[in-house]
Amino acid sequence: MRDLSKEILSVDALHKTYDIKKLFRPTLKLKALSDINFHLDKKETLGIVGESGCGKSTLAKVLTKLEPRTLGEINLQGIKYDEISSHDFHSKIQMVFQDPYQSLNPRKKALDIIADPLRINTNTSANETRDLVMAMMKKVGLREEFALRYPHHFSGGQRQRLGIARALMLRPEILILDEPVSALDVSIQAQVLNLLLELQEEFKLSYIFISHDLEVVQHMSDRILVMYLGRVVEYGSRDQIFNNPLHPYTKILLESAPKTHREKSNQAITVKGELPSALNLPKGCAFEPRCPFAKPGCKESIPLLEIKQGREVACFEAH
Amino acid sequence: MSENLLDIKDLNIFFKSDKNPEPIHAVRDLSFSLKQGEMLGVVGESGSGKSITNLALMGILGDGAIVKARECSFNGRELLSLKEREWQKVRGGEIAMIFQDPMTALNPFLTVEFQIVETILAHLNISKSEAKNKAIELLLQVGITSPKDRLKSYPFELSGGMAQRVMIAMAISTGPKLLIADEPTTALDVTIQKQILTLIKSLQEKNNMSVILVTHDLGVVSEFSERVQVMYAGELVETGNTSDLIKNPHHPYTFGLLSSRPGAVERLAKTPLASIAGIVPAFHQRPVGCQFNPRCVHVQEDCKKGSIPIERGVRCLHPMMEALS
Repeated sequence: MRDLSKEILSVDALHKTYDIKKLFRPTLKLKALSDINFHLDKKETLGIVGESGCGKSTLAKVLTKLEPRTLGEINLQGIKYDEISSHDFHSKIQMVFQDPYQSLNPRKKALDIIADPLRINTNTSANETRDLVMAMMKKVGLREEFALRYPHHFSGGQRQRLGIARALMLRPEILILDEPVSALDVSIQAQVLNLLLELQEEFKLSYIFISHDLEVVQHMSDRILVMYLGRVVEYGSRDQIFNNPLHPYTKILLESAPKTHREKSNQAITVKGELPSALNLPKGCAFEPRCPFAKPGCKESIPLLEIKQGREVACFEAH
Repeated sequence: MSENLLDIKDLNIFFKSDKNPEPIHAVRDLSFSLKQGEMLGVVGESGSGKSITNLALMGILGDGAIVKARECSFNGRELLSLKEREWQKVRGGEIAMIFQDPMTALNPFLTVEFQIVETILAHLNISKSEAKNKAIELLLQVGITSPKDRLKSYPFELSGGMAQRVMIAMAISTGPKLLIADEPTTALDVTIQKQILTLIKSLQEKNNMSVILVTHDLGVVSEFSERVQVMYAGELVETGNTSDLIKNPHHPYTFGLLSSRPGAVERLAKTPLASIAGIVPAFHQRPVGCQFNPRCVHVQEDCKKGSIPIERGVRCLHPMMEALS
């Protein structure tokens, strides 16, 4: 049930279309996001899963205003996105990027990387900035003497901690985490995930957690949004999605993920083929060409999200 | 003569370094063997030496590397004493390799046809048109529909999964006895990952080919390979039957690696994960004694000196007995 008093972010009928321009050829429309609806509560984690090309990173970019949206409405604490000043916006919503090797400026020291959000957006004095940076470094598990080092002195996990510290400097309420641990080794992943959980408690953060790693998403999220080719195919609580997935794509995604402890099932479903091009979407359900349960009707029209067994699912055949 | 296809005893790999007078010791005393038609999973994090070992087996480590071994025999031949001309026969002919990122492993300026045919002609004594027919056949074998059209494609026209299939087609074109797959699916989506791993597994069984499957994902190994070895900081730390090792890891590193995965054991969501503190030591700062001792929770005084032998598949003086829970 939606509780508007808890809601911090709501997205209504969001569309994002890119124009693909080619010389002497008609401009093509690439539908990166079609009709996305969801909301995020305070202190909640919404996991977004899907394969490459499903639009999860585009969604992150639109939510952080790195890309303008084409259609639809986003509300941050009840205020429309367009009506928030850029300063207010950045102090409410921040992002942590996937690759800690590319998202930190190699020519800046850790101190400056973390201090920049404060310097740009606030009038904090130099001394106070320094103190705040040191306090934040300690919070994310970096030693104070690291402050004058450059990014190349840090390991992958430490760099991701730097990225998290930078994102937290303006004390945002929402963090968008775009594959925050994918570039890290397994033993380091657990350290960073634990840090994210601690910080969520301490700063009462809401997370949008984007990942292709289903075990990680299951562990971190309260609710899950499953995307396929720019559309939401299933949207529900963690337990609904993981214990009883209804959409064939969700089922296949869960089935395909390699697990160390698995009861060998005899009826493994595998998926045919690969993701079709977003420039040339099928007329009906986008998953129909690969779906093992497809019926002739699936080719005719696009299934809309309907509430089935307490969660939203976009499939004619799911009940 | 042994029946093993590959027999490696005490492989050591060093790198000369400008900064240090002492060469960097990247792989230490690695021993393992592989039977014809067998798959071996190799698990390890970055810096564990798993890729360097593969490059040594392919003979493509640069001049800065010093490779030493008591034995490094492949198919009855000593690899380390091969001359460059002999290496060229082995490399790509008898041992083939596929890489992590299929998009950068293919030459972007050449068509798929050129690249596959080139490989075939380099190793097999057949005509160009025969080679082209063989290429079509191979593409069909790796599950590419309309192979004739695909032959004319350039790598950028292929998806990641398709490019990896082309790489596999190229690798098996010469009928290798050993296929080294170095993180073959890390760059791919899970549904495509499953397709590719199933393909490698079926080729292994059909062609009676041995496979070394390198990955950082214990899930991949446990589903596809019966035998596994875990590497850490240039050493083999644990080896054995995959399902036993995953149920009952004896080395604290394997234990930590397994329990740091969110899905490894029943655990409430959003509760802290068991994690391994610290990071893999850099090559030039390797500890004395057990390589894992600075991060190990069960460390004792004797772990910090001498070299630790492998006993019953575990390189640990105080192996763990309890099962993962």
